[in-house]
Amino acid sequence: MLLLAALVSVFTTIGIVTILVKESVAFFEQVPLAAFLTDTQWTPLFDDAHFGIVVLLSGTLTSSAVALAIAIPLGTLIAIYLSEFAPFRLREIAKPFLELLGGVPTIIYGYFALLFVTPLLQRIYPELPGFNLLSAGIVMGIMIIPYVSSISEDAMRAVPMTLREGSYAMGATRLQTALRVVVPAAFSGLASAYILGISRAVGETMILAVAAGMQPKLTFNPLEPAATITAYIVQVALGDLPHGSVGYQTIFAAGLTLMLFTLACNIVGHFLRKRFREAY
Amino acid sequence: MKPIDLPDIRGVIARHKRYDALFGVLGLVALMIGVLTFAALFADMAWKGAGRLDWDFFTHFASRRPAQAGILSAWVGSTLVMLVTASFAVPLGVAAGIYLEEYARKNWITDLIEINITNLAGVPSIVYGLLALGLFVYQFGFGQSILSAGLTLALLILPVVIVATREAIRSIPQAIREGSYALGATQWQTVRFHILPYSSAGILTGVIIGMARAIGETAPIITIGALTFIAFLPPSPVKAAPPFISFDWVFSPFTVMPIQMFNWTSRPEAAFQVNAAAAGFVLVLMTLAMNGLAIWLRYRLRRRIKW
Repeated sequence: MLLLAALVSVFTTIGIVTILVKESVAFFEQVPLAAFLTDTQWTPLFDDAHFGIVVLLSGTLTSSAVALAIAIPLGTLIAIYLSEFAPFRLREIAKPFLELLGGVPTIIYGYFALLFVTPLLQRIYPELPGFNLLSAGIVMGIMIIPYVSSISEDAMRAVPMTLREGSYAMGATRLQTALRVVVPAAFSGLASAYILGISRAVGETMILAVAAGMQPKLTFNPLEPAATITAYIVQVALGDLPHGSVGYQTIFAAGLTLMLFTLACNIVGHFLRKRFREAY
Repeated sequence: MKPIDLPDIRGVIARHKRYDALFGVLGLVALMIGVLTFAALFADMAWKGAGRLDWDFFTHFASRRPAQAGILSAWVGSTLVMLVTASFAVPLGVAAGIYLEEYARKNWITDLIEINITNLAGVPSIVYGLLALGLFVYQFGFGQSILSAGLTLALLILPVVIVATREAIRSIPQAIREGSYALGATQWQTVRFHILPYSSAGILTGVIIGMARAIGETAPIITIGALTFIAFLPPSPVKAAPPFISFDWVFSPFTVMPIQMFNWTSRPEAAFQVNAAAAGFVLVLMTLAMNGLAIWLRYRLRRRIKW
């Protein structure tokens, strides 16, 4: 009985892979893989249908890049500060608070990006369109900060005290100890935090569906609106496509692409985390 | 080499101390960016949505006229979906956690299960939506119902519940188990009368965090094709005629809070966006209350229990 309950997780994985692969195979029977990978247009619902996943990937990569440009520096800074500098009481308050920040539903962040951050950015840069990757990316970055900072902080606190004491004994300041001793020692843990951050950013859906617009567009300019893989799936699901049509199958092919990407990230992250656990 | 004199050394030390202080300020600023964003988000929604937050907002259906629209079908839908989610995720998650900690032998099946749980925790939620669309909606024929949504979210939060259960069980000292065995208890009696009661608070914390996540999930529920305009309630679970309890509601179409909010946010009219702010405020309060409760529980737990 208990074993069966534990096996549900295995069945779930099998279910996900089976469904994604089955529908994707049906999709690739109609659309050649080469066209999927090399076409530079994504218009699956038009009469003149094109299926170039690169278009959706460009949106995903651009928004993730913006998000990571925010989340990695700020997350690392917060982690170093909380682990090496902050007084005990501040840490006790700040950690649950960051956790709350990570628990806010993503649709709320989407609303915030569209109706608060975008108008704010438009004051600085008036030509910014109402839908854009930049504000979605910024808000997404802020959403990811808690994930990056909590794993990074755990990694740095796993560094043994004796290393720090050795450094202080040599006359190093806190900052020198933090940057030259603790950070290098915890590096694989930091790297795994970054990689998990990437996988969060790539899989994020609602912020982009709400704030980045849903027009597929091959662009690497964050100031433009564009669709990501996840936003496209939402867009199709909102309309009513007949079950079994090519349009219906595209979302599974898109989902498979997404799944493979995040799976790769998670595996690399997992091994890096294992390394920092075993280091001392 | 040029001899270094005292003022130079003092200068170097002073400079590095300045860097130290500077970095402390920088870290505090970075932390404040997170805090301020959260404050801005909260204040913005409270300020914009406050005008709509009254009794009518909770007791009216969604409407084409923004001033009359409410979140009745959304909060009822969310409650029912959560009910289905909890009734699947909690027993399954706790059972899996107990199995992995107390019963599992170290073999390839256990390794396989553990790798799977780690991986599932990292799968984007929209992929669960695709699974549900293919499996629950079409393969099993549950349709776009409360049951499909509840099961989807149950699978989504299963890793959270399993991990919380395992951590709670792992913190129980081995001596408790040995004491129980020494008195002649079987393994199941040990689990039932010792392991489960002692780990229940920790498990509860994990369940609450999981439910807080499920209640805010939008993407998987949109993917299974939940309607966004619902102006009726699912059939009541209590009937006047025997057998008095009906499960018709699990197959009913529905809407939930985050979908209602998404619907209002994506409309161009400003009046609907005010509704979105009000609905968002309610949603944030709900998740904050749940997460806050979980954090408080964990804090109490850590202080109280001394084995």
